[in-house]
Amino acid sequence: MTMELDVFVGNTTIMDEEVYQLWLDGYTVNDAVKVRMDGGVMEECEASADVLLSDTMDQYRTFQMCERLLHSPSKLGNQLLFQIPPHRQAMLIERYYTFDDAFVREVLGKKLSKGTKKDLDDIGAKTGVTLKSCRRQFDNFKRVFKVVEELKGPLVENIRHHFLLSDKLARDYAAIVFFANNRFETGKRKLQYLTFQDFAFCAGQLISNWTVGAVGEPADHQRSFRFYMDVDLDKEFLQELKELKVLITDKDLLDQHKSLVCTALRGKTKAFNEMETNFKNLSRGLVNIAAKLTNTKDVRDFFIDLVEKFIEPCRSDRWTAADIRLYLTHYNNSAHILDTFKHQVVWDRYMGVVKSCIFKMYHD
Amino acid sequence: MPGKLKAKIVAGRHLPVMDRASDLTDAFVEVKFGNTTFKTDVCHKSLNPQWNSEWFKFEVDDEDLQDEPLQVTVLDHDTYSANDAIGKVYIDIDPLLCSEAASVISGWFPIYDTIHGIRGEINVLVKVELFNDLNRFRQSSCGVKFFCTTSIPRCYRAVMVHGFVEELVVNEDPEYQWIDRIRTPRASNEARQRLISLMSGELQRKIGLKVLEMGGNAVVGYLQCFDLEGESGLVVRAIGTACTLDKLSSGSAPNTNTHIALPTTSSSPPPFSPSKPCSRQSSSSDTDLSLTPKTGKNTWPRPLTHSHPSPSPHCGEFPFFTLTSFPPGFLVHVGGVVSARSVKLLDRIHNPALGNTRSYKLLDWNSVTADEPETRDAWWEEIRQEIKSHAKALGCHAVVGYSESTSICEEVCILSASGTAAILNPRYMREGSNCLFEEPSPPSCGFCHIPYDELNMPFPAQLTYCYLCRRQKVPDVLFTTIDLPPEAAVTGKGCLIQARLCRLKKKAQGEVNATAISNLLPFMEYELHTQLMNKLKLRSMNSLFGLHIQISVGENMLLGLASATGVYLTALPAPGGIQIAGKTPGELSNEHHILTIQKRINDTIAKNKELYQINPPELTEEVVGSPIPEPRQRSRLFRSHSESSDEVSELDLSHGKKDAFVLEIDDTDAVEDIHSLLTDAPTPTGFYSCNTEIMPGINNWTSGVQMFTSVRVFRLSNANLTNQGLNKIFTDLCENLLKSFYFKLRSMIPCCLCQLNFTVAVPEEELIQVTVTAVAMTFDKDQTQEKTADKPPTKGLSGGSETEEQLQFPLELCADSSSANSASVDYGSFADRCSTWLELLRLKAHTMRRGSVKTSRRTHARIHSHTPPCISVTVVKMTPLSFLPGTRIIKYLGIINMFFIRETTSLREEGGVSGFLHTFIAEVFSMVRAHVAALGGNAVVSYSMKECMLMENPNKNQAQCLINVSGDAVICVRETDQEPTPSTTNIGHTSASATDEAT
Repeated sequence: MTMELDVFVGNTTIMDEEVYQLWLDGYTVNDAVKVRMDGGVMEECEASADVLLSDTMDQYRTFQMCERLLHSPSKLGNQLLFQIPPHRQAMLIERYYTFDDAFVREVLGKKLSKGTKKDLDDIGAKTGVTLKSCRRQFDNFKRVFKVVEELKGPLVENIRHHFLLSDKLARDYAAIVFFANNRFETGKRKLQYLTFQDFAFCAGQLISNWTVGAVGEPADHQRSFRFYMDVDLDKEFLQELKELKVLITDKDLLDQHKSLVCTALRGKTKAFNEMETNFKNLSRGLVNIAAKLTNTKDVRDFFIDLVEKFIEPCRSDRWTAADIRLYLTHYNNSAHILDTFKHQVVWDRYMGVVKSCIFKMYHD
Repeated sequence: MPGKLKAKIVAGRHLPVMDRASDLTDAFVEVKFGNTTFKTDVCHKSLNPQWNSEWFKFEVDDEDLQDEPLQVTVLDHDTYSANDAIGKVYIDIDPLLCSEAASVISGWFPIYDTIHGIRGEINVLVKVELFNDLNRFRQSSCGVKFFCTTSIPRCYRAVMVHGFVEELVVNEDPEYQWIDRIRTPRASNEARQRLISLMSGELQRKIGLKVLEMGGNAVVGYLQCFDLEGESGLVVRAIGTACTLDKLSSGSAPNTNTHIALPTTSSSPPPFSPSKPCSRQSSSSDTDLSLTPKTGKNTWPRPLTHSHPSPSPHCGEFPFFTLTSFPPGFLVHVGGVVSARSVKLLDRIHNPALGNTRSYKLLDWNSVTADEPETRDAWWEEIRQEIKSHAKALGCHAVVGYSESTSICEEVCILSASGTAAILNPRYMREGSNCLFEEPSPPSCGFCHIPYDELNMPFPAQLTYCYLCRRQKVPDVLFTTIDLPPEAAVTGKGCLIQARLCRLKKKAQGEVNATAISNLLPFMEYELHTQLMNKLKLRSMNSLFGLHIQISVGENMLLGLASATGVYLTALPAPGGIQIAGKTPGELSNEHHILTIQKRINDTIAKNKELYQINPPELTEEVVGSPIPEPRQRSRLFRSHSESSDEVSELDLSHGKKDAFVLEIDDTDAVEDIHSLLTDAPTPTGFYSCNTEIMPGINNWTSGVQMFTSVRVFRLSNANLTNQGLNKIFTDLCENLLKSFYFKLRSMIPCCLCQLNFTVAVPEEELIQVTVTAVAMTFDKDQTQEKTADKPPTKGLSGGSETEEQLQFPLELCADSSSANSASVDYGSFADRCSTWLELLRLKAHTMRRGSVKTSRRTHARIHSHTPPCISVTVVKMTPLSFLPGTRIIKYLGIINMFFIRETTSLREEGGVSGFLHTFIAEVFSMVRAHVAALGGNAVVSYSMKECMLMENPNKNQAQCLINVSGDAVICVRETDQEPTPSTTNIGHTSASATDEAT
């Protein structure tokens, strides 16, 4: 029986989480009905295909009507059109903003522009995500980016506050916004092995250590007077990084550093020989990365540089994750003992982030 | 100048963008009441303007206060061109006029536009100062409370039930005025909305005047409807039951009928008078009552009128009650359903005031309308007279559960009225004397006993001695339009039973058309009735409650839909089975076919018995101490007492002679009928359904409540449809709707759909529209089982007691006096339980006294504190029932009666008709919730959608829809005690009535 009109409206808006997911995933009504039938919901409650179709249509309509509100989630809480219990509201928002890791991995670091949007069908085909879902996810990134871009204050907090997302999801969005803003290169073949979560972790490290906001939370009353943002890297800090070059340009310092590290490592790892032979190369690599970060182009290549200059050599020497950890810890700490090395604070701020990024990026 | 209305515009939010250039809006507000308008400043460039206006003061007559709504219009300021309207809010001031209702209206209202729907929200504050004026009640009726609830409202006690009030108001429909050709659709819609709002206000005021005249202070069971008669005008009419209500002191009203439990009310059930308080009919009717059950040998007819020349002081008055449930003891006997229909041709309403939009003449029932016999009043009087005489024929002096409705197609209008003939307890009219009389029959079965004389029955029926008390006669089946009395003894559970019917008719005009329709009506009623009866038997039940038969007229067909809740009343005999007989017994194949059908029917009956837990006590032959029931016959009469018109009863008699219980298969039609009988899908496990307030057999509700509205429109594609084909389509339409509900609400299992209200319409030639509003309520399944398991298996101990085990536990208490006769009742446990219940009750009363709420404001605050801080919107529950499970209503804030029109010229863009209507219904819900929240309430009870009229023209990409909703805004609080709340409601109720019985 096909109906000319068929609606069902509850005083408390009825939403089936399963159907919501199908809608978010971009299934058409008919496909969604098929999926639901295969899921066995029909046997469960003696329903027919007609019933399922009518229910799915109803829910899809409801979701479409809600979508406008989901674009500014704070409205969902005080709108009057739908009576939705708070925990359901939270679920709706969270799911709406949830994205596919496979999809975001493709877009990460790209400019969130119309140009990228045009490529969505390719990305969809590649990742197996429907175009509709791709669009939703892309628009979400863009929306969050636009709102947060101009805002002062901690990025994660801003996202969480404006979009009522969970802490985890807000952090992921912060990473996406941060990557998009700084246009980090993530698409190169050498970086393909890295997952979105790897990058998100690194972004978190960068945001909380290398941005202006990271210098320390200003007191509340200062917040509005001070330029306080953590979408951009701290320019002053990047400038200061140049000073670290002394570690490789000063031959004495480089030798001293090497011997300190080797003394500490001796006998503690099987890869000691490789570490000793590679020390100068690796150290040059890391310090050069730091020194070049004043160039926007080199900022974009930060991750690819880390891989090329450090991770790949180690991997070819078959270092274990524990080796990396051991090496970098001592590499970092030994610099403190160098009496002619004066840039301890900048060194720590740099190495702290690089260390944890490499730990995360080094897959055995 | 007895009133000052004050309004303040605080702020707006989520406004639409009106200026494309800036993506912002320059909003200001016009506040209008009557002919006075105030404006706020323009709040430039903001979508969330803060006006914080001064208090706008309107000095007005209270008459206007009752009639007029406060009109708030939000506009976008435009320097160079006309200001653009964003939308409007109509605020009904009425709740502020009653001291016991709301004191202030304050909150966010959706800004509504008839073309664009909801566009943002506005925060408004409204107050009323009423001056004391001795002349106050001359034209206005401020202070009369209105309730949609069709029972005595939960926190009130009925001091007096005065009787029927009705009124109707007519006017020209703005949509059909000449000016409509030149004004915009928006202006036209707004003119209509405003007019209906004005007319409802006036109607309510006039009804209020009548109530005051009768000495009452409230209208219960207020039912307002409007008839859009097109060219011939617009009628707004209302009926209700005038009462004098007493507010129970706050906090002491734990549940439904507590007023009975109050020590002050020694004459517990409220006095009843069909007319004036000091009526003189009391003594005569009193004897009448005591005679009825005991001798029952008077010559028939022996209704009130017989013994008393003028039954009521006002001959024009009708002893009708729109109530569907009553305080215990109020309802003595129930005769059966009475109904009347008449087909009328509409013509222009004779209204001298036409042409003037503001003034419309009221056509008063009592005024000199006699020289205008074609007025709507005269039509309704005719019908009411018919109802009255039907009731008389059933030996009853009153009609309860009374309602009126219309169905209009072009110029033809079917007026329908129906109710349940009944005898109400007249002893309460004499004060203080009630204790002298012993209850003539136990409350659990008394209402089933026949009110008419068995030797002169108004129609053929099979009578037996009551299966409960064995003292009086009961019919074999009982049909009523009321709710199941809470004290009634029921076996098993109830279920929704529907009869559906389509009849094609030729397209015709005027007189010919009207004649054709009125010729079809009796056949339809008869067939609906047959279906109901068969389905009842199929479910092994013997009575119907909440019966509502709707006949809807279209250009080329008539639709009939009868809904009711089937119940097995323990007092009535078990229904016989259904036997199939073939016309030509010789044919072997045919016989085989019949046998299979018979088997299917028998199987279905057996299955249903199990499903609804109907296992009535086996009747043992050696019943001692009671009259031996008449031998039951397998074949019974088909009809019950629901004769509506003379034609029907004649038909019925002829059928009666034919040994009706045997279904004969003589042609394909009959086969189809039987098939349709069997195609009703059983409700899936975990679900129950009914169309009444109380689901027989379930009383342990938990707090899950989901009210919903569903609309389906089916387009008949095949031009050459037969009656049979149509029937199938219509049946499938209804069945699929139910299936859909079960599926959608599956997460609420175990759950019951209550007050399932189906409305059918034929909006266009090939369309069938079905609109359903109902509430799904969860209940505790385990508790039911426990309870049934609890019952001592006394089966077969003695004849007198066997019924006891079938009673639901509340009844055991009620039946206190009757159970004293039977030795087998487990007195120990009974007393035990009784005492614990009483203790619980006492405890509860105590906590309530301590935690009693003094002012509405405080209550409000408390409710807010209940809700999590993260949401700023008050949760407003809605239910078509008069209560919310697990809660206690502490205050009625006033009636909600809203009328909306929505139109679109971009139907496709809004998702087609479904998208359009879906949005509109959601918008209506949200506006109802917003108004309730602004009144300080958190729930709407007795909610109903009385009209949902959809017109579409997909080719033009247009659609229009009208919706009328009503209900009672209330504040309810959670039951305070730790006991599983739903059951305590019942415990409280029963023990209350039990103690009352004892006194």
